[in-house]
Amino acid sequence: MIKVEFLGPIGKAPLEMEAETLADVSAKLKEDSTLTAWLDKCAVALNDTMVNDLSTVLKDGDRVSILPPVCGG
Amino acid sequence: MELYDGPLDTKEIFGRWLDEQAESNYGAYIPFVGTIRAEDDIEALSFDIYEPVLQKWFDGWQAKAAALGAVVKMAHSIGDVPVHTSSYVSAVFSPRRRVALELIDEFVEDFKANAPIWKYDVRDGKRIYAADRSTAMNGAGLLA
Repeated sequence: MIKVEFLGPIGKAPLEMEAETLADVSAKLKEDSTLTAWLDKCAVALNDTMVNDLSTVLKDGDRVSILPPVCGG
Repeated sequence: MELYDGPLDTKEIFGRWLDEQAESNYGAYIPFVGTIRAEDDIEALSFDIYEPVLQKWFDGWQAKAAALGAVVKMAHSIGDVPVHTSSYVSAVFSPRRRVALELIDEFVEDFKANAPIWKYDVRDGKRIYAADRSTAMNGAGLLA
């Protein structure tokens, strides 16, 4: 089981799911209509390190963070 | 890296940073202050920060600065910051001015694009995500 958390303005409670890769996470999140407007703009961190590869393998207890567009300062 | 609830005490922060480096033999110290402007009838801006990723981003910049013999500093606010106060300060110390001038430019621009901080306008006490001023981070759209 992995945990997916939604940061900043997305305003969605964390989800737990079975997923072997980030591609599995993508497939599951795409089924959620509340995320349709967000996914194409969001970056992804795995256990607080930014990731860029859908084939990234996940293990039990991993934490995937969804980061929407930023504006510090 | 320093994070504070509410507006920054810019004079205290810059003075302390200056004191800390007083004997470090840096020839240049370039501070940057971000101040909340009064526009669009906002009372304040408000900020969420994801600290673990912000710390890693900042660590990367410290390493990049160190390779140039320089030091980068930053402080940012969490929560509400009223107009005409400051939410963000950063600075570069370096042996010579050219490195510091170039580094403060790159550092502040990358901060705007890739530091995991979310901005909201505050109007009538409500927080409204500043979607149109926000930038998708490097790698955005991976899961789309």
